[in-house]
Amino acid sequence: MDLDQLVRDFQKQDERAFEKLYHMYSNSMHGVIYNIVRDHEIAEEVMQDVFIKAWHKADSYNSSKGRFFTWILNIARNAAIDKTRSKAYKNSGKNLNAEFFVDILETADSLNDKVDAIGIEKYVKALGEKCKKIIEYLYFKGYTQKETSEELDIPIGTIKTRNRNCIKDLRTIVLK
Amino acid sequence: MDIKAYIESGILELFVAGQLSSQDNKDVQDLMLKHPEILQEVLEIESAIIKLSSAMSPGDNKHLLQLIKDKLQIGGKEVKVISIEKAKYNWLTYSGWAAALIVGAGLLWTVNQNQQLEMQVSDADIEKAYLEVQIEAAKTDLAVKENLLNVLRDRDIISVPLGGQGDFANTYAKVYWNKSNNSIYLDAQGLPNAPEGKVWQVWSLTLNPLTPTSLGIIDNFNDDDNKIFNIANTNESQAFAITLEPAGGSESPTMEQLHTLGVVSQP
Repeated sequence: MDLDQLVRDFQKQDERAFEKLYHMYSNSMHGVIYNIVRDHEIAEEVMQDVFIKAWHKADSYNSSKGRFFTWILNIARNAAIDKTRSKAYKNSGKNLNAEFFVDILETADSLNDKVDAIGIEKYVKALGEKCKKIIEYLYFKGYTQKETSEELDIPIGTIKTRNRNCIKDLRTIVLK
Repeated sequence: MDIKAYIESGILELFVAGQLSSQDNKDVQDLMLKHPEILQEVLEIESAIIKLSSAMSPGDNKHLLQLIKDKLQIGGKEVKVISIEKAKYNWLTYSGWAAALIVGAGLLWTVNQNQQLEMQVSDADIEKAYLEVQIEAAKTDLAVKENLLNVLRDRDIISVPLGGQGDFANTYAKVYWNKSNNSIYLDAQGLPNAPEGKVWQVWSLTLNPLTPTSLGIIDNFNDDDNKIFNIANTNESQAFAITLEPAGGSESPTMEQLHTLGVVSQP
């Protein structure tokens, strides 16, 4: 299946293409959103907002700007982060500091339609602490290299290669 | 170009993360099309991230697709979707607040009404008490006057007019003497109020020889309303007189201050 063609169809408001893309990315986006908002109902709300926004803003995507996954990941992160800044969310008393995606993996085992969640958890735990944080910041929180280097107190010049090595480790775990 | 070194630099991982400048983005995109190894590398990086994040998903989300399609009004079902959740929220919120406001306003109005009524009741109570006092006073007054009338009508009563004397010709008084119960009623309406430090004194006189006997001083004269005074008199009086004396009264009348005098007419 040609992803480029699928995306082009989606941009022409093709419903089938939209459904296919949803199935390809919905679990991933759900995970990213939940990791940020940490609330089932709010995560579902944001999920809907994200795919509705993607549908309406489909024209703004251009493959020369990057991967379609990266585009929708960006929408999801921003929508989720916006939600956490809303008054209603702040009043709900959630504290998001110091929570990492690894925590979710530990508590999500029981869900049977998850993709190898149990296996992934075991190995992801084996990743170094710095690796977990680099992945959290760069992919799931949308931090820049500079912000990530400041957060982790490591030189900005080494972020790129450290991340490369971390993703390598991750690939051996999840894509074996 | 060293493709391997390019891949190992870590730029592709940042490309998937969306952390490159637009120029770098375009370079990666172009190289991907030219070099299948680069494309393959990008696909694997992306796939790893998708797998990891999918493992973070808190649960099934297939049902959300239909909700999304409903909201987008796609998927054949021409359902007019009026954002249910939002409408519900608004309806509940607004009607809730409206109800609260109405109840609040109603309460305030009721409290206000209650206060006004309480004040009215309180005013009415005061007025009632005032009227009761007036009625009581009128009753007392009436009783006193009836009593006086009875006294004056008594056939045993002897009426003695007291005329003004000398400089005090414009003063007058009247004595009603009831011998049967040894008392007189003095009507002193024709006398002025006693000046400061002075007091009216009433005398019973016998004429031959002239002997005055004090019947007492009227020290409540100025305060009395009807100026009628009941005074005991056991004397065989032949005349009555009233003089103005220093406070406390005198042993014998001060003749210069004799205001009124009247002789009892013998039946």
